[in-house]
Amino acid sequence: MGFKKLQLIICSVLLALTVGAQAETNTDKECFEKISRGVFQFNQGFDKAILKPVAKAYNKLPDPVRKGTSNFTSNIATLLSIPNHLLQGEVRLAGHATGSFLVNTTIGVLGLGNPAALMGLENQKEDLGQTLGSYGVKGGCYFVLPILGPTTVRDTVGMIVDTSYLDPFARITWHEKEIKNISGTKIDYVGVKAADVVDFRGNNMTNFDSLEKNSIDLYAATKSLYLQNRKNKINNSSESEDDWGNLDN
Amino acid sequence: MKKLSLILFSIILIFKSAHATNYSTDPELFVSELVNDAISKLSDKNLNEQEKAIFIEKVALENVDINALGLYTLGELRKTAKKSSLDKYQKVFEKYFLKSLTSRLTDYSSNKFEVISAEKKSSNYTIVKSRIAQSDNQPEIKIDWRIYTKNQDKPLIRDLIVEGLSLARTQKEEFASILNSNDNDINILISKLEEFVTN
Repeated sequence: MGFKKLQLIICSVLLALTVGAQAETNTDKECFEKISRGVFQFNQGFDKAILKPVAKAYNKLPDPVRKGTSNFTSNIATLLSIPNHLLQGEVRLAGHATGSFLVNTTIGVLGLGNPAALMGLENQKEDLGQTLGSYGVKGGCYFVLPILGPTTVRDTVGMIVDTSYLDPFARITWHEKEIKNISGTKIDYVGVKAADVVDFRGNNMTNFDSLEKNSIDLYAATKSLYLQNRKNKINNSSESEDDWGNLDN
Repeated sequence: MKKLSLILFSIILIFKSAHATNYSTDPELFVSELVNDAISKLSDKNLNEQEKAIFIEKVALENVDINALGLYTLGELRKTAKKSSLDKYQKVFEKYFLKSLTSRLTDYSSNKFEVISAEKKSSNYTIVKSRIAQSDNQPEIKIDWRIYTKNQDKPLIRDLIVEGLSLARTQKEEFASILNSNDNDINILISKLEEFVTN
């Protein structure tokens, strides 16, 4: 059986589980909490030993270098946002994202600069997990993946399909498919993703430290933040849900 | 005459310090004055750590709806828990909240703070939008303040929403996780909070 067939079967099973979960009122049900907590501990160890020290060193680099890295990885991520905007029927945002990619790749020198932002072109990150969410597919159960971190069934299905089919950058690099004479390797893919993670970790040094210091259950706090963030991204909103109502009555 | 001046001066000083944490009743100005006051105190090199902590505690006790926050974060258990347990929880929650608030404010106090706008959501709530300027360790952070305005003469902070992520909700879900894995035993949650306060 080919790898593609196996991927399709895994995605179908996971998606069936997610659709089943739509009837649930709790979208943050755990699949296997004990295992997830173990994986979370492992990820915390990885962060302390490798990611945090690397991000600290990264933060010492000159501002233009960090800004350039951030712009470069964001520009590449736009390639995945474009098909997802279209799948969500957001033609205007797809146009903005396409314009942003073209302007930043050319005038912005391979995406190191971000002149598109100055021109008013929006570049909102989208993925298939968000697209499925926008069609009403609930998250399904929550779990933690080694290194990759918190996720849900819906977001994992989205990630697999994004990487296998929707993301042109992943097709060229991870899958080593040549598109319009452009080719790459798995190392390119891992390198860009690693730079993106280090940039994110470096940008959130204070936030991570503060969260760790002030949580009595860091696993639960991280889960809550992940799920709130995904919900905001699906709704394209930065406002928190108001659930204080019943306390005032 | 000198004595009278001294007495008058002392009265003014006492009056000023007693009203040191009286901020505007307008939600937007309230947040702006409060945070800028806190930042200036926390970055004041003439104050030691204890003096700073005392100041933050005083400001928080007067301007944050700690009681409501404690009940909110307890979730549905607040309706079924015994009054004695609830009282014990509220006391330890206050200590927990003050300690974590002081720690969080200290983490962000070196950055420039600015209030952007305010949006009245209902007669009970106004959301004040603000931002913390970019620094070496973090990009610009957007913070929304959920201000409880039922008593218009005394606005109270109920939640901080950092980049769309509610701190109160996060805390509520953190507590729910502890309660769920311990048969909804409020005493386990109380002991966890006590542990945090004493460490």
